[in-house]
Amino acid sequence: MLTLLLDGHGELAEWRAAARTLLRASVPPERVEWRQRGGATGDLFGGQMEGSPLPPPDPQAPAATVPRAFLELAEAVICHSDPVRFALLYRLLWRLQGERALLEMRADADVVQANRLEKSVRRDAHKMKAFVRFKELPDGEGQPRRRFLAWFEPEHFIVGRTAGFFQRRFTDMDWIIATPKGTSSWDGQHLRFDPAPANKPDLRDAADDLWRTYYAHIFNPARLKVQAMQSEMPKKYWKNLPEADLIPDLIAGAEARVREMAARAASDPPAFHHRLRAREKAAGREGDT
Amino acid sequence: MKKTLKERLAILSDAAKYDASCASSGTERRDSGRSGGLGSTEGSGICHAYAPDGRCISLLKILLTNFCIYDCAYCINRSSSNVERARFSVEEVVWLTLEFYRRNYIEGLFLSSGIIRSSDHTMEELVRVARILRTEHGFRGYIHLKTIPDASPALIEEAGLYADRLSINIELPTDAGIDNFAPQKHPTRIRAAMGDLRLKIDAAAEPSFRGRRKRFVPGGQSTQMIVGVDGANDATILASSARLYGHYRLRRVYYSAFSPIPDASKALPLIKPPLLREHRLYQADWLYRFYGFAVEEITRTRPDGNLDLEIDPKLAWALANRERFPIDINRAEREMLLRVPGLGPRSVNAILSARAHKALRLEDLGRLGVSLRKVRPFIAALGWTPLRLVDRSDLRDLFAPKPEQLSLF
Repeated sequence: MLTLLLDGHGELAEWRAAARTLLRASVPPERVEWRQRGGATGDLFGGQMEGSPLPPPDPQAPAATVPRAFLELAEAVICHSDPVRFALLYRLLWRLQGERALLEMRADADVVQANRLEKSVRRDAHKMKAFVRFKELPDGEGQPRRRFLAWFEPEHFIVGRTAGFFQRRFTDMDWIIATPKGTSSWDGQHLRFDPAPANKPDLRDAADDLWRTYYAHIFNPARLKVQAMQSEMPKKYWKNLPEADLIPDLIAGAEARVREMAARAASDPPAFHHRLRAREKAAGREGDT
Repeated sequence: MKKTLKERLAILSDAAKYDASCASSGTERRDSGRSGGLGSTEGSGICHAYAPDGRCISLLKILLTNFCIYDCAYCINRSSSNVERARFSVEEVVWLTLEFYRRNYIEGLFLSSGIIRSSDHTMEELVRVARILRTEHGFRGYIHLKTIPDASPALIEEAGLYADRLSINIELPTDAGIDNFAPQKHPTRIRAAMGDLRLKIDAAAEPSFRGRRKRFVPGGQSTQMIVGVDGANDATILASSARLYGHYRLRRVYYSAFSPIPDASKALPLIKPPLLREHRLYQADWLYRFYGFAVEEITRTRPDGNLDLEIDPKLAWALANRERFPIDINRAEREMLLRVPGLGPRSVNAILSARAHKALRLEDLGRLGVSLRKVRPFIAALGWTPLRLVDRSDLRDLFAPKPEQLSLF
């Protein structure tokens, strides 16, 4: 049995190098145990745990190739926080050497699991693009570029995967996105990713108050659909959304607001309405003649 | 005393919330990577927050002003309402959009306005906001502008250069309804505006002699219909949508259940908004656009021309056309698979891909993420025939919700 230790920060290169070597040495999946450094099992053994040395290549083994679809799938799956991802991907890689159409067999148990992990990563990345909230750093005066910082808590190792999106969108400002799963940053020249866990900064931004005003007023109390909101904006994201602490009061007050609208009889139209309608009437009469 | 920016933001977002559209999808892909500016759009939109009404908040959806010379009965901003009035300057809207965007609250701006002075004056102000965002600030985020009825063609032309999407609301499904409840609006002129815009969009899509296409409203045009104001049934509403999709090639028709508004008109009942009906209309709209159903097929199932509220329109169609089932999932063509209740385009694709390699059993469908409870009566698979289950007289009861759940609506 070989034991392999990976950092697992969501980059494919590390796993790919190890998997390629194993495949060249014809090591079957059941003979490999994959572990994440610093993961639950790794901690038990402290820092003493080390991976096995990789075996030499088997000269008889044919050159390994994979369909492009596998690489795309693997790039997403490798970001998942479940430690089974390494072994799952190696099992798929191994099987693909004989079963070329494996990925199209959508009901295959390994393929189903890989697609499930991929979907979860894709969703988490999408939610990160949606729910990151930048706060402006106050000490930016006199600097040519404005500076922003965000704190986000993703479920998976997607900080590197999403960095390009933020760079292409927020190109003209400096930004840092700090998370427990690493930090990405952009300064106009370099896009960086640092896998070290970051700490939550304490930041305030006056614009949050305007955003909260907008959020409270774009809500229609006559159409309360709390479940629909929560399935798209799960509570786990709320603690870093400046608007989320308004939600309980908006829900609690909705019914009373609707009752009040219904109870209040329509009031008499304002004076400018009468002037407008009178003008309209006059214009209509002119048009008739 | 002049209201603060925050107070006016409150008023002018209250004034905008009855427009259902907040989509930021369907436009071109672009970003600021090379220009060094601000903003990008991907093929699919992003919802940056959800309000407790379950609606996506993707755009800063506000009115430039809620002063309005029109008096449409269903509208919170009609001239006869005593709702508080306010206006933004063009510069304030530009500032709010950019500052909201930089903090990643939004994908962009959806700007509409009450009609002040004249249609052209109002449209000019909307266009000026978009022009400043695009040309002075290099903003590449999403912009949706409302087209003001009767605005001049030159202004629409310019709006189309900056906006990802333009929309003009038809509001009610019949001309009689519009005459009744929106006396200053003219349905023929609204349709003429949609027709003109369609021609402009088509013309821009024609490659020039250099083979280049002009960028013009890449996200197309959309409209909204309010449900539950006039007496129109669902068949009338959906037929009206089908015409709008067909004649003017709209990207989306939004349905908005009429909901109580502050200081409502006496002409309209303040009832709970018909949310379930709105939901069924969206489902029917989807069947029309993505599942190959004709509107009449969907609306024929009930004599009153309304959709069944208890079960979704696809299931209602299947129950009314039982002789077409069961469908063999290992042989049926895509068009027929799409008609099976419980199968969507994604699961149909998965089935087509998987069955090329082996004959599928029910368990295989389960692994593809299909709900067996829903599809089982309607399909045949390897080792499974539904034993004329579709002839069961209680089939509807298998799916219809229990009565106590209905009392909610």
